[in-house]
Amino acid sequence: MTSQLEPSFGVEIIPIEGELNVGPQHPGSGHMRIYVKLNGDIIEDVDLDVGYVHRSVEKLSEVRNYMHLIPLIERPAILDSIHMNLGYIMAVEKILNVDVPERAQYLRTLVAEVNRIASHLYGMGILAVFLGHSTGFMWGFGDREVWVEILQAITGARVTNSYIIPGGVRRDLTPAIKEMIEKAIVYQRKKIQDWYRILVNNPNIKARLENVGVMSKENAIKWGAVGPNLRASGVYYDVRKIEPYGAYDKVDFEIPMYKEGDAYARTLVRFEEMEQSMRILEQVIKQIPDGNILSDRFFKQIPPVRLKKWWEGQRRVVFPGYYASFRPPKGEAISRVEAGRGELAYYIISDGSPKPYRLRMITPSYRLIYVFKELCKGARYADLVAIYGSLDYFPPEADR
Amino acid sequence: MSAPNDNLIKIIQDLNSKFKVNGKVEGTNRATIIVDKSQIFEMANYLKQVGFDHVKAVTGIDYPETEEFEVVYHISSYSDLALAKVIVALREKTSYKDPVFPSLFKVWESVWTGERETYEMLGIVFEGHPELRRMFLDEDFDGVYPLRKSYKLKQEGVFVDKPA
Repeated sequence: MTSQLEPSFGVEIIPIEGELNVGPQHPGSGHMRIYVKLNGDIIEDVDLDVGYVHRSVEKLSEVRNYMHLIPLIERPAILDSIHMNLGYIMAVEKILNVDVPERAQYLRTLVAEVNRIASHLYGMGILAVFLGHSTGFMWGFGDREVWVEILQAITGARVTNSYIIPGGVRRDLTPAIKEMIEKAIVYQRKKIQDWYRILVNNPNIKARLENVGVMSKENAIKWGAVGPNLRASGVYYDVRKIEPYGAYDKVDFEIPMYKEGDAYARTLVRFEEMEQSMRILEQVIKQIPDGNILSDRFFKQIPPVRLKKWWEGQRRVVFPGYYASFRPPKGEAISRVEAGRGELAYYIISDGSPKPYRLRMITPSYRLIYVFKELCKGARYADLVAIYGSLDYFPPEADR
Repeated sequence: MSAPNDNLIKIIQDLNSKFKVNGKVEGTNRATIIVDKSQIFEMANYLKQVGFDHVKAVTGIDYPETEEFEVVYHISSYSDLALAKVIVALREKTSYKDPVFPSLFKVWESVWTGERETYEMLGIVFEGHPELRRMFLDEDFDGVYPLRKSYKLKQEGVFVDKPA
């Protein structure tokens, strides 16, 4: 069958059915193979082959102690490791039944928001390079560095921070770090205006993103979308508001929302969320109460010599022996946090041994697999990367 | 722990009387319903009508002592703000001999990924799932299903062997 598009076009267009492999080594696929079935340049169906970075955290958790699991659990989303850490520890704390001091709750909120900004900047950088906008890519990674430096100053690590422990956090905030954060906020606010000029309001980028990958409110709910992608489709849902953890019930912030549900709306939501995160950071720095950063139950177990050397000297918590192989009581817990990409849930079943009987990690990207598949159907082939980038899908996070 | 959500208590009481199941409220916003797998489909339909519109997680658990599998669906709501605070665990069990469950895809499309993963990791078959095949593992992966307890991980030693 042959057909003619427009007489002035002068080209005969022949619809061809075929298949294409995008990835797993394609620059626009991350570590994922997208098997695309095409009709002309319309995508009829995609098959997502996600297992290229599978590291079987759920199975490994059956042979490791609760504390030894912390670094492992952070691996899947190394650019959002604080949230992965936080969600897991919250589930463990529920099983252990530990109270967390107020100051530690504020510190958790602080690092989580710093990490959220860094994570969004990463996502925006990747979206930019998918669309062939390399300046956006370099800016995203450059700006991210500012926030990674702050995380490094607080936690002592750049990538997988392992900062949050059952009952509290490991290090305290110092005046120098406060100053760093204040400077970073001033810098980022100025830079976001530049971002709007170069990326968000750029006519080329707008043309690539507007009305692309439209997800209606009904579909977003039906497919179980999460995070900024869900809010860009007009669903009011953010774990920080629905079930506040940390100090989120004590700070004032808004949830950016759009009705359009297209790739452009998802981008705007992320930029506005960065501004809200900075608002939270300012309030946390102002309001943070004095006090201990570790629950008394564990703090009392630290030997006096260590207390003197580490806590009084550097305000650092050095693990008391309890953490080596504690046995939580039998039971189960489910916890959830709002990670950079959306809702992150942990489900732990404990049988009373030092290792979890079953640990289930439900990461945001995992729940986006089906959303991505459905969004691609009927889209143009050229829009595949725009949809992919706008979802901020991170393959290792889906694989776990 | 603060007082349980009134809305949730009412839903669970309704369920218990209507379907004669074992549902309990377990915390401020958490509840568990233990169902038989023959009942799960109508139960899911009822919960959807009440306002639970998506599934957060599908978890398969292996109990080798009793030779049983358990599947847990964690369901919640996006559209109803009061129910959004709630997470309900819908649990069902079956023996090793019959690892087949009805798929809830027709009720909640969001089970697509979770059921598919549970199938490949534990070998539980979900009847009615549109695309039940491997997703994370190699296509030619063979042997025991990896998340079963009978699959033992080979551990590498941390220390170098002592000289003889």
